Amino acid sequence: MQVHEIGKQAALLLLADGRLPAGGYAHSGGLEPAITAGRVTDVAGLERFLIGRTETAGSLAASFAAAACAGSQGGDLSGLPMLEAELDARIPSPELRKVSRDLGRQLRRAMNSIHPHSHFAALGRAPHQPVVMGVAAAVLGLGPREAALAILHENTAGAAAAAAKLMRIDPFEVHAILARMTARLDRLAVKAAEFVNRPFADLPAPGSPLTDIAAEHHRRSDVRLFAS
Amino acid sequence: MTDEHKTEETRALRLGIAGPVGTGKSSVIAALCRHLRDEFAIGVITNDIYTDEDARFLKSEGVLPEERIRAVETGACPHTAIRDDVTMNLMAVEDMERDFAPLDIVLVESGGDNLTATFSPALVDAQIFVLDVAGGGDVARKGGPGIGRADLLVINKIDLGEHVDVDVVQMVTDAENARDGAPVLPLSRKRPETVEKLCDWVRQMHKTYAAGGHIPIDPGPMAPHHHPHADSHEHGHPHSHSHD
Repeated sequence: MQVHEIGKQAALLLLADGRLPAGGYAHSGGLEPAITAGRVTDVAGLERFLIGRTETAGSLAASFAAAACAGSQGGDLSGLPMLEAELDARIPSPELRKVSRDLGRQLRRAMNSIHPHSHFAALGRAPHQPVVMGVAAAVLGLGPREAALAILHENTAGAAAAAAKLMRIDPFEVHAILARMTARLDRLAVKAAEFVNRPFADLPAPGSPLTDIAAEHHRRSDVRLFAS
Repeated sequence: MTDEHKTEETRALRLGIAGPVGTGKSSVIAALCRHLRDEFAIGVITNDIYTDEDARFLKSEGVLPEERIRAVETGACPHTAIRDDVTMNLMAVEDMERDFAPLDIVLVESGGDNLTATFSPALVDAQIFVLDVAGGGDVARKGGPGIGRADLLVINKIDLGEHVDVDVVQMVTDAENARDGAPVLPLSRKRPETVEKLCDWVRQMHKTYAAGGHIPIDPGPMAPHHHPHADSHEHGHPHSHSHD
């Protein structure tokens, strides 16, 4: 009986899998500039960075993915331009706004080939990644919490995956951090989905200004492994 | 407006250039642009392991207007970007075709990788694999998907053969044996007749493609091969498996 009640978890795993061919592997989620600047130097520093990223950029993305998912579930996509504008207002760095839209285009391009749906065409020229994730989740039959969890996982695991290429670290230690963070991600996903019935302007605006500045420096750097 | 992949009316021939680091992929592209830019409308997508070095090289060579050379950053995964997850490159190609429509040919340069890195047929219509004599005369004999089954195998820098003790004729023969008769082109930018042959191959490929007669071939991943164990006591028979 339990097996029949597992819901759409396989669809969630598909959407959150780092092997989904949507180009996420070219980004370090701000880890490379943090390491270059000497702000992350060891395992403990990496864990603090990942927690900070999840609580700020991750939570921000999660609440927008949840909101996009809720709108898309009801078939009403008319609010998406306003949602996009609210997200723009919460990302000070032009570079990070561009990265978010590049990743959003890529996710839409991939998902519209993998699981075509008319909602993807309604997303506009260059939609933000969390918004596309929310719509993709809805199209796969998932709800706002799952959309939030998928983008939280993407945000955190993507940056963590870059660590092995950027610093001297045991890959098991990297995943140990991710294992310690699982309850946090679940909790943040639930919290993100609590805003779905509120006006978009009331969505949370957590941030970490130094990562925005670092992203601008990174774009101007001559030598970098990751695009961001 | 969306990122539609149905752009048949503006679809260019998408030609991939792959091969190990330093074999001359960028130089091959520069030569093609220089010799073919008056016949074809061309765009170039470069893939770099880090930053945008190759795009800068091509721009500095002045072979095309700068805006027709775009870099894709692959996050230290050049093989992924041309094979397992082509989304970034596919979008770069589609954007280029849209922004400069109509283009005849889009050249996609892979980041230099190992012998097993080939383009997915989801990204390119045809591909050239580039080796060079300075990388060692035995490389062609080693085979692999790019050497064995790319649409064209280029053996570059043949003028250097005598300086690196490589028998160029033997290397070309080895390559031909590895390819079951598929074309092998010895190339040197110092020998204009070889560059002209390269251009002729591209002209012919474009003609075939434009007429709808070209079917993309997937060189495929590393082919399964036998490990003849002298001490195969565990199995008692040879086994095969594929490398990734």
